[in-house]
Amino acid sequence: MGAAPDVRTVPIGAATTRPALRVMAGEAIAFRRNWRGFLMSSFGNPVAFLAAMGVGLGTLVDRGGGTATLEVDYVAFVAAGLLAASAMQNGFGDGAWPVMAGLKWRRNFEAMMATPVGPRDLFVGRLLWATVTFAGNLLAFGLVAILFGALDAGPVLLGILPALLTGLAFQALSTAYTAGLKADTGLTNAYRFGIMPLFLFSGTFFPITQLPTALQWVAVATPLYHGVELTRKVALPELGPPVVSTIPVWVHVAYLVAMFAGGAWWAVRRLDRRLYT
Amino acid sequence: MSTTSATDAATADPAVPMAAVVARGLTKHFGDLVAVDGIDIDVAAGETFAFLGANGAGKTSAMRMIATVSPVTAGDLRVLGMDPTADGPAIRSRLGVVPQEDNLDLELTVRENLLVYGLYHGLPRPLIRARIDELLAFAQLTDKADNEVESLSGGMKRRLTIARALVNEPDLVLLDEPTTGLDPQARHVLWDRLHELRSRGVTLLLTTHYMDEAEQLADRLVIMDHGRIIAEGSPRELIERHVTREVLEVRFGSGRQPAATDALLALGLPEVDAVEGLAERAIVHTRDAQATLDALDRHDLRPRGHLTRRATLEDVFLRLTGRQLVD
Repeated sequence: MGAAPDVRTVPIGAATTRPALRVMAGEAIAFRRNWRGFLMSSFGNPVAFLAAMGVGLGTLVDRGGGTATLEVDYVAFVAAGLLAASAMQNGFGDGAWPVMAGLKWRRNFEAMMATPVGPRDLFVGRLLWATVTFAGNLLAFGLVAILFGALDAGPVLLGILPALLTGLAFQALSTAYTAGLKADTGLTNAYRFGIMPLFLFSGTFFPITQLPTALQWVAVATPLYHGVELTRKVALPELGPPVVSTIPVWVHVAYLVAMFAGGAWWAVRRLDRRLYT
Repeated sequence: MSTTSATDAATADPAVPMAAVVARGLTKHFGDLVAVDGIDIDVAAGETFAFLGANGAGKTSAMRMIATVSPVTAGDLRVLGMDPTADGPAIRSRLGVVPQEDNLDLELTVRENLLVYGLYHGLPRPLIRARIDELLAFAQLTDKADNEVESLSGGMKRRLTIARALVNEPDLVLLDEPTTGLDPQARHVLWDRLHELRSRGVTLLLTTHYMDEAEQLADRLVIMDHGRIIAEGSPRELIERHVTREVLEVRFGSGRQPAATDALLALGLPEVDAVEGLAERAIVHTRDAQATLDALDRHDLRPRGHLTRRATLEDVFLRLTGRQLVD
């Protein structure tokens, strides 16, 4: 055999898109397989939650004097809270099972690493695609909330932004957590002992002022509290203390941004350690 | 095939084909475990080069460093003239990687797998689409283009993994145990495809623990054991250097085998270079099989069965390590 003939027909410079955008495009192609499921859950979940909590439970709450305490109908109060809480669920979920699958079951992350794509591109690309799907989820939620008469169109659209920030902060942290796991029992535990308590006690369903004082401080320290408060302050601007806290909005934003940044840094570090050994 | 020296390759004139891989003292540690223990390798452009060794010999660790997905613990490594630590993405854009276990996306179709991989390489979609048709034909998967990967046979998945590794028209293709787990027919189809790649001038670097695979495909190979290279050359050279052209296998039955092997050794026959005793047979490296058989007959050491065959790399491996490649 002599010298290798030049088998390359594409100049190296032909690769122009940034690697993270390529990952995002790959995610979009995989998404085409399950857009039906995405639509079903995007609309099904808010309908079920708002019907059960907002209308079913809400009727009792409102009759029992809830409206006087909450200043708005219970369905409005809970819809604003659920906007953030559902974003948390999506964020945790997207950083959990698909990441475990990418590392261990489907092993598509390993396949990606054989191309110019690196761990940081992988994280950023997934995050970009998550932004698109989370925004879709939240828009569907907002639409359902409007149809239920729970929230007004303008504030709901604004409320999607803090909810989205909440979702992305959870996605980053959850990705970091999953990237260091050997088995998926850690994910079930995180959901059971982390996400569920947050969902129930961070002010989604009732103002945390209903909790004993010590637990109120715990609630204030948790991320979902800041997501819920921020979303509620934006989506229901007519509310004031004590239904919402006196904590300035910038504190909520700073908390969530810090969580996002810390989660992203940790996620890239742990993905790199896992995939580059 | 000539061996290019490291320094020449690193500073070569661009018109001269550059060495695909040059390693000097390449070492990989995992904690206390030494997976690769200071190996030197030169793979010339256009060559098919194999790492042969038992499981755990360090083949995959060496491949992963070359694929730039594993940091080098010590030593020098250049891949396609570049430094894997600094130029990982640039190297990977010119590599095709076929991992030991297929990591295709089972939820996607055959075509989508190729498309997504082309996108990861940053290729424009129209170019990828055109290339997919060629790759499907090459991998003999045109009929399966729109099937989900889940439904493919093991051999088809393997061919798709190879097609996927070619989507960026790589200069160097790394294949880690390309035919492990495939049935004989699927292996031959795959070898055929790899021969075609060779004839196009693509540099192939493969690991295998099948000596027939190394003999079939490799221009040159190294035998690895415990992270070290214990022999290097073309398959023919290795056989000529380390074993006789033919070997005689003699079987005495499992009960008698160890004692008979010892007795055979004790005869000290002049034409016999070496005897490897295995549980069920002895492999006699002899320059005259008939003379050896006659001698056994004279000494009342009549084997229950015997076979004279061409020596293989398996015999070389056994000779050098005292162990069989595949247990």
